[in-house]
Amino acid sequence: MGSSSGVFHENYAQDMAIFPTKLHWGFLLAFLIILFACPFFSSDRILTLLTMMGIAVISVHGLNILTGFCNQISIGHAGFMAVGGYTSAVLCAKLGLPFWAALPCGALAAGIVGLFFGLPSLKIKGFYLIMATIAAHFIIIWTIIQLRSITGGPDGLSLPRPVIGGIALSSKTNYFYLVMILTCLATLLAKNIVRTRAGRAFIAIRDNDLAAEVMGISLWSYKLQAFFIGCVYAGVAGALLIHYFSFASTDQFPFMDSVWYLGMLIVGGMGSTTGAIFGAVALRLLDEVVTMAGPVLSAAVAPQAAASLALISHGLIIIIFLIFEPRGLYHRWEMIKTYFKLWPFSHQE
Amino acid sequence: MAFFIQLVVTGLAQGMVYALIAIGFVIILKCSEVFNIAQGHFVLIGGYLGYTFLVPFGLPIWVALGMAIATAIVMGLIIERLILRPLLGEPVLAVIMATIALATILGGLATLLWGGEYKPYHGLLPIISLKIGAVSLPSESLIGLIVSVICVALLMLLFHYTKIGLAMRATAEDLQVVQSLGIRATTVYAVSWVIACVVGVIGGILLGGVSGAHIELANIGIKAFAVVLLGGVNSIGGAIVAGIILGMLENVAAGYLDPLLPGGGLAQVFPFIVMIIVLVFRPYGLFGLARIERI
Repeated sequence: MGSSSGVFHENYAQDMAIFPTKLHWGFLLAFLIILFACPFFSSDRILTLLTMMGIAVISVHGLNILTGFCNQISIGHAGFMAVGGYTSAVLCAKLGLPFWAALPCGALAAGIVGLFFGLPSLKIKGFYLIMATIAAHFIIIWTIIQLRSITGGPDGLSLPRPVIGGIALSSKTNYFYLVMILTCLATLLAKNIVRTRAGRAFIAIRDNDLAAEVMGISLWSYKLQAFFIGCVYAGVAGALLIHYFSFASTDQFPFMDSVWYLGMLIVGGMGSTTGAIFGAVALRLLDEVVTMAGPVLSAAVAPQAAASLALISHGLIIIIFLIFEPRGLYHRWEMIKTYFKLWPFSHQE
Repeated sequence: MAFFIQLVVTGLAQGMVYALIAIGFVIILKCSEVFNIAQGHFVLIGGYLGYTFLVPFGLPIWVALGMAIATAIVMGLIIERLILRPLLGEPVLAVIMATIALATILGGLATLLWGGEYKPYHGLLPIISLKIGAVSLPSESLIGLIVSVICVALLMLLFHYTKIGLAMRATAEDLQVVQSLGIRATTVYAVSWVIACVVGVIGGILLGGVSGAHIELANIGIKAFAVVLLGGVNSIGGAIVAGIILGMLENVAAGYLDPLLPGGGLAQVFPFIVMIIVLVFRPYGLFGLARIERI
């Protein structure tokens, strides 16, 4: 996909730029201004939705680096989020650490646990790795419940509202800003990680791991790096989720969420940072629609219809995307952009 | 000692049911290289189908079993045609995600149709009891053991002495050869899904007869995965041996360790611990073939 006519890339930096023209920068600025102005004109409900979307985007970025770029399929992402969330929650509630220090600790803890459960990836792949990560999810949640004296076990753990530098993040608006800033940083970082040496190694491993190894890429090192980065992202997302509710409970990290994050990646488009955002936003919106439609349906059909609607719609949307648009929304978006760029001519070259 | 033997014997009966469910998984995997995450949800549907035909319809056990199997056959055909066939030749992740999505949909359907409630149907299966010394085997477990053994034997006969069984074994061996010999691979795939559905549903009725039909029945699928990994994913014999081993280990571990742990519930997480250990130390299981890859 070339750039618009009249735009010439005269050096490497221009060619590699994420936002190649002033127009792109303009769009970005406009988007950020609208995003950060949201609290002034939107209701609490929309702010909550946007905050949840932001957290999902961070989490899916991690999964995208791990699964989309490095092809190490993980269905334990919610488990790794739980590690990050619980570590920061325990540090805040039991040791009185401030929020800004607990968040990175949580992320680091999630990364280290991710390294541990990433170890089997050195010997196995595909289905076996999926099984190992599913096992990781359940073992993590079980361990959290067993460590009752530290984590509160099944009763959960309540923690103080987060404060950064004297600014209380108790209001929805302040927390929204925190999450959005972190989401933007995470996106920038994710976009840049895949352009580094490590990112290129991940792509080589995804395309053919044996060939990558023969070319001199250390599978041992890069697979574990992918697990570490992916799980650090999960840890940040998990910590943000728990601090948003000021309450830690294993119910916030159900197994279905692990599947759902992978679903976001499929709907958005694997191996694309923009796609990860599309997927997270689209499926959170779908969730919202289902939540709104649920009570109506429950009243009309049967009391359990709401719960089953959520499950069936989740499953159907994943299957529909897999069969009809396996490259996800991102591919669709690129096609639309190309169409308008080339209009009125029908195709390129 | 009697306590230990009791645990082992109960584990044996339970393990045989696990093995039966795991075989459904292995058959699909061997024939079409699809890892069917929804196997546990076939069991869930089976448990509820058993309830529906036995309690509200009040059918005798054999008719109910026949009806459940007929439903399973239709279910298998629909699933194969609508979901798996369009995904033929897609990467592993796409197919696995499709079966996960299928599992989600089946779970949603079970919630919708049966309310996801606990539906017991004890005492409707025939009663046979066995007592040797201090060890007694409850009637449900014994029936589970007998039915599983019969099913496994029937499957073995199917594989070795029928034309479709031969076609299935050949497809597992080499798809291209099979196609060039004029065997329809899609028929083989459809049959393998039907078999998986049927054994899942039978397993569901057996387990439902012991503990009642409930939404947690789907978790049995995860135990079946542990069995499959332990036995080696492409070995039916391995699945049987591993099913029995896992059933026994689980019962013994739960019997001796649960009183020591404050929260209990070791039986739930036990299959996962087995899985991780197997994956780290012997990824191809006890009887699986180590795959050699080329670029």
